[in-house]
Amino acid sequence: MSGHSYDAENYWKANLRLIFGSLIIWALVSYGAAILLRPMLAGIEVGGTDLGFWFAQQGSIITFIILIFFYAWRMNKIDEKFGVHEE
Amino acid sequence: MSQFAINLLFVGGSFLLYIGIAVWAKAGSTSDFYVAGGGVHPVTNGMAIGADWMSAASFISMAGLIAAGGYANSTFLMGWTGGYVLLAMLLAPYLRKFGKFTVPEFIGDRYYSSNARLVAVICLIVASVTYVIGQMAGAGVAFSRFLEVDSTNGLIIAAIVVFIYAVMGGMKGITYTQVAQYCVLIVAYTIPAVFISLHLTGNPIPGLGMFSTHTESGLPLLTKLNQVITDLGFNQYTADVDNKLNMVLFTLSLMIGTAGLPHVIIRFFTVPKVSDARWSGGWALVFIALLYLTAPAVASMARLNLMTTIYPEGTQAQPIEYDQRPGWIATWEETGLIKYEDKNNDGRIQLYNDKNADFAATASERGWAGNEMVVNNDILVLANPEIANLPGWVIGLIAAGGLAAALSTAAGLLLAISSAVSHDLIKGRLNPNISDKGELLAARISMAVAIVVATWLGANPPGFAAQVVALAFGIAGASLFPALMMGIFSKRVNNVGAISGMLAGLTFTLVYIFTYKGWLFIPGTNTLADTPENWVLGISPLSIGAIGAIVNFAVAFGVSKVTAEPPVEIQELVESVRYPRGAGTAHDH
Repeated sequence: MSGHSYDAENYWKANLRLIFGSLIIWALVSYGAAILLRPMLAGIEVGGTDLGFWFAQQGSIITFIILIFFYAWRMNKIDEKFGVHEE
Repeated sequence: MSQFAINLLFVGGSFLLYIGIAVWAKAGSTSDFYVAGGGVHPVTNGMAIGADWMSAASFISMAGLIAAGGYANSTFLMGWTGGYVLLAMLLAPYLRKFGKFTVPEFIGDRYYSSNARLVAVICLIVASVTYVIGQMAGAGVAFSRFLEVDSTNGLIIAAIVVFIYAVMGGMKGITYTQVAQYCVLIVAYTIPAVFISLHLTGNPIPGLGMFSTHTESGLPLLTKLNQVITDLGFNQYTADVDNKLNMVLFTLSLMIGTAGLPHVIIRFFTVPKVSDARWSGGWALVFIALLYLTAPAVASMARLNLMTTIYPEGTQAQPIEYDQRPGWIATWEETGLIKYEDKNNDGRIQLYNDKNADFAATASERGWAGNEMVVNNDILVLANPEIANLPGWVIGLIAAGGLAAALSTAAGLLLAISSAVSHDLIKGRLNPNISDKGELLAARISMAVAIVVATWLGANPPGFAAQVVALAFGIAGASLFPALMMGIFSKRVNNVGAISGMLAGLTFTLVYIFTYKGWLFIPGTNTLADTPENWVLGISPLSIGAIGAIVNFAVAFGVSKVTAEPPVEIQELVESVRYPRGAGTAHDH
């Protein structure tokens, strides 16, 4: 099965762009806000501690869920746009 | 009714349920046995992934680790959930499109090499076997604590139950028992947490409660906790970590290890469509997050509860007398998981940090002669209902929940092992002409053998049992994850490149772990002492999987560049896994 009839190249590029964008957010909330940037965010108070702590123990997990659902939803749209969705 | 009878009722009832499901979901073909016939709904699959993933470590140990380490141990929370983002975007949909039964099968076909497949089988078996030991041992502990049988007998009972539903039903039986086990374990975990959160903060949602006001003191709960424990010489609960590089690498190792563990990946082969594989990842994380968002609250609240139990009049007043200690401390002392020694002979329990030099003066001023009580991290979740004075049925529920967590993960791992043996080794290498019936029989026999081996190892755990998590994640992250990812995202990586990459990543990771943990984990054979001063750039052996993965990628690309391009039909295979159209259910040929 050759992919070219579906404008394969652009479909794959769209997928890579979406993955890339999602992984930037993935890294920003976990490695960024929760670990490396925590000292910078220390001034923002959340329930007895700072924003970085909240991201480390709650926020990053919640963001991960939103990211996966967003990816699944966008990707299914992209599948349809390029006509490669399943019957 | 006695507590023993209640525990027996809950555990026995849950076991009957699992066996009932096994009888209903008997596997009729290899497709049923390996991928549950490929017709599992994505939400159902998400729930099964949740139970498959959340092991005795997640259920029993994780909250205790966070309670002890505070912020520093947030790595487990992020690492064991962030891997699902990688799975859902980088692996699951494409491997589902490929539509075969096992992880080594993809590696073998994509790298057109039966040797690559064999390397993958070995990695899979080592990672899964080491992981399953912990589950069986965990089930044994839960049995001995709650059902008053010794842990070997407990282990054998657990093995028989797994045997019945895993050998009969294969993936089909495992899927539906995992759904039931998920429900049992999540209810068991959240009910005590909700009660405790209500009691301490008035907020019924534990994840919000931990950031609310502590009703009794009027302070934010975490501020109060920081105050109490620093008064006793401990580090602040929310204190930042100095070695950020190691924290980043440890989290990354857990994430890619999670994404590369075969028993999780094969669960994505059970859904009907590629888009379902994407949704499954999201649902899986929702179900996992219900526990993972609650665990940090359980950790901070249980730590505070423990301290206020020992210091009922506040940290500046005298601690509780040993004779006045609550019943649960006495119960856990019997198991040896709480230890008390009256070092200054005052009949009271001085629980404080005697390793803090700055606190030594205060301690001697108060007439303390060293920390007198050691509480094992692992009891925190199991003792939670007793600490909070919850009714007996909640304790029975916790017993059933702990066993559900251990058994569901064990079954998933055993399936990954047995399918690698029967499908990749027996059908793939030894006897390619075996009939579907013959292969199904071989799969059942491999499963039975795997259960016997796992039970034996669980009863006689090798000395390195505590290190196996690092090993399993190191192998999955440094060998399998990069090979799978490159197989999908690069058309250029060829057979020689992939095999060299896997071996290089694996060797690098093992050598680094063995240097500090002992060669083959034999105590005393380590080349360097396992202390932060000896670690290269401050990177702990537990965090090395991430660097191992980078080595794997680099070697695979380097070697592929100087060797021949993969054949055209392989490049077409890579093309085809990238496009969802045309995915049938997982099939054999």
